[in-house]
Amino acid sequence: MSTPSLAESDQRGRPAATVAAPGALKPTRRSHLQREEAVAGLVFVLPFILGFMIFTAGPMLASLYLSFTSYDVLNPPVWVGLHNYRQMVGDQLWLKSLGNTFFYAFLHVPLAMLTALGLALLLNTRVRGLSFFRTAFYLPTITPVVAASVLWLRILGSQNGLLNAALGLLHIPGPSWLLDANWVKPALVIFGIWGVGGTMVIYLAALQQVPKEMHEAAVVDGANPFQRFVSITIPMISGVLFFTLVLGSIGALQLFTQAYIIFPVDGSSTHEAGPQNSALFYVPNLFEQAFSYFHMGYASALAWILFIIIMIITLIQVRGSRRFVYTEASRE
Amino acid sequence: MSAAVATQTVTADRAAVVAPQTPGRQFTAILRRLVLYLTLIILAIIFIGPFAWLISNSLKDAAHVFDATWIPQPVHWDNYVTMFQAAPLLQGLRNSVIVAVLAVSSVVVSSSMVAYGLARLRFPGSNIVFLGVLATMMLPGAVTMVPVYLIFKQLHMVNTFQPLWVGNLFGSPFYIFLLRQFFLTIPQEIVEAARVDGANYYRVFISIMLPLVRPAMLAVAIFEFQGSWNNFMGPLIYLQDPNLRTLPLLLQIFVGSLGQGGQMLWNLLFAVSVMITIPMILIFFVTQKYFIQGIATTGLKG
Repeated sequence: MSTPSLAESDQRGRPAATVAAPGALKPTRRSHLQREEAVAGLVFVLPFILGFMIFTAGPMLASLYLSFTSYDVLNPPVWVGLHNYRQMVGDQLWLKSLGNTFFYAFLHVPLAMLTALGLALLLNTRVRGLSFFRTAFYLPTITPVVAASVLWLRILGSQNGLLNAALGLLHIPGPSWLLDANWVKPALVIFGIWGVGGTMVIYLAALQQVPKEMHEAAVVDGANPFQRFVSITIPMISGVLFFTLVLGSIGALQLFTQAYIIFPVDGSSTHEAGPQNSALFYVPNLFEQAFSYFHMGYASALAWILFIIIMIITLIQVRGSRRFVYTEASRE
Repeated sequence: MSAAVATQTVTADRAAVVAPQTPGRQFTAILRRLVLYLTLIILAIIFIGPFAWLISNSLKDAAHVFDATWIPQPVHWDNYVTMFQAAPLLQGLRNSVIVAVLAVSSVVVSSSMVAYGLARLRFPGSNIVFLGVLATMMLPGAVTMVPVYLIFKQLHMVNTFQPLWVGNLFGSPFYIFLLRQFFLTIPQEIVEAARVDGANYYRVFISIMLPLVRPAMLAVAIFEFQGSWNNFMGPLIYLQDPNLRTLPLLLQIFVGSLGQGGQMLWNLLFAVSVMITIPMILIFFVTQKYFIQGIATTGLKG
């Protein structure tokens, strides 16, 4: 770390008085103060550094090593080279779980974002009863996932299920959401969209920060509502859209609890997750390999491939974002 | 698009003050407003509907559960008593509360320490530590699931509550990030004054900084309570001892037992679901301001 000269003003806006009296602070005293601050800083962040090593970096490396071994917890790991990774290619369950997970994520993430944005836009119109509507849309997200899954297990039921009853009111014959392999994932997507309240709150806060003057100026220039939405609203909230896209994708690719409860492997006679494993997702499959079969080596390989997949998707999103995310810096 | 509707209404309102409006334009403005409220009300019904259905069916008797009526006839409040015989809920409640209290208190203390260090103190490598926080935030939890399990197994902590909270002693990246944003906003003059009075950095942290970021700490506490209360995968991995089961795990096992038994217990299952949800709803309504503010901040400053 470079030592700033005495005359230099402090970045953090300390009052000039402490700096402006060179006689009062001798260089030794100054460096003593700096050391004191550096020591305090390290003490404060020490928990995170330790935690990072114990619960993140260490396990990552351990998991990389284990992915090249065969390990059942009871006996010591045996080095098997690339065997686990080769096994994956021929593993029908893994391929199925990968396909299902992508299918779900590609359907869920955009639809959830669009719904959340739609709701936020509706609420950003100076409506009366804003907090009532906001609470109504947010309530589902505070329902514990397990409780919500139990509820949706019945909502999606083909007999007396709430969803098909509602569709019946509109004279639409609802499918057997839980029994038809084609409808299992759309059903989980609908369940997921019920919980977009958190994203909506983020969008609403972002929309409220868009300066009104911008819209007014555009109106004067003759821009129609659609033009203003595309060239003012979207760019101004693009940073937040990007943030929710990245985190939403990471979350969707790790879908676990809902699938595990609504489509339990143990509960089915064929030992499948949903009809023809149509609800077998990546993390539940990994979980089964690790904690039902104790294939810790294979599960670690699965985990590393998931990590690489998520990294690649995040990188693509970051690269893509440079073209459309508006920042103060890119304005110049 | 409705943002545009709003702006148009705003301009229309203004125009009304300045110049007389043609009745036609005024009519469209009112019509738009009407459509907006109608849409919002329908959407609110769609979002709250499942909730109402949950509560309604939790109050029916086994024979009438999922019949087409919304108002139970008669109302079976006794379901909420019977459910305690169907599953060891009191024990589950006790376990859930213990885990949540430990998880919340440890994460609030550790995360605010780290956040303060990152936001206000200059030390070599602070940028690297901050990058580490951001990277950990993006890291999928499933990747470390197996080795972290092996660590706790090595430490003989499987079938204890420790795996569900000791990680919190080291701070959680999301909360560190959130709190850091709040620490950054505190004016340096306040700190300088205390420093001149001879307070060291630890005193400054405890007596000046923490009281000022109390709303953010409360938001973190609420989020972590929610996270811990909802946590399903952790208990599923670590708690095989039936006496240690938390409420979500109990509920899942309760659902599983229905597979073998009759379909008779759905009203009780729904009652348990309501019971698990009620603490969250209470907390939400009491602390709504911090809740909403916290979520908005995570998104905006991200």
